[in-house]
Amino acid sequence: MLHTVNKSSFERNSLQSCVNIIDDTSVILFIEDGVINAANNSKSSMIADLAAQGRVFALQGDVEARGISSKLADNIKLVDYAGFVDLVVEHGTAVSWV
Amino acid sequence: MATTKKFMYLNRRSSFGTVYAIESLEVVLIAAAFEQDVSLAFIDDGVYQIVEGQNTDGIGMKNFSKTFHALGDYDINKLYVSKESLEERGLSESDIMPLVYEDEDDDWAEKSSIKVVSNDELKAIMSEQDVCLSF
Repeated sequence: MLHTVNKSSFERNSLQSCVNIIDDTSVILFIEDGVINAANNSKSSMIADLAAQGRVFALQGDVEARGISSKLADNIKLVDYAGFVDLVVEHGTAVSWV
Repeated sequence: MATTKKFMYLNRRSSFGTVYAIESLEVVLIAAAFEQDVSLAFIDDGVYQIVEGQNTDGIGMKNFSKTFHALGDYDINKLYVSKESLEERGLSESDIMPLVYEDEDDDWAEKSSIKVVSNDELKAIMSEQDVCLSF
């Protein structure tokens, strides 16, 4: 499954809820304000293990819009819109944590 | 002449996920025309509004972060940034845009409008305000 998260974890608990129930093969893609979760900050430990397994992605345009390209946590994979489509195709069912 | 009041605009959200940030900036610019004593505070995810190096080419939205550079010309030169909010987000003052104004009382010397303050300092500044608008 593909889980998309579009809110900052400083603002909402949607990322925590997602991490709590994500299975071993699913991936997370941060979009919109969700990319704030891709930055190296006081909440990064929440996704560190998943990122180390190569299962955390962030939409590049949203990262650049927020000026945090040089601030990303370790092992975050950037994708463009075409990469977003590839993730949808590859992982089937998508869950939006709005 | 009407009495001057102290207005503070409290910015708590990042720029592009909701309309709060750009709406706040619009209201600030309108208020500037009324020659009030205006200050801005950036707390929580609001600190992302003034991070240096924003590029919105990839999302097709207006990069209104550049508009913050105009505030100095409207005599809006008190931009308070929460130190705690920066630190939680792995950010520091060097990540903030260099926003400046020209001080007419000091031979138009260029000075920084950015003031990184602790939440305790911000508490005191807020308590001095006549009006506080939260976005």
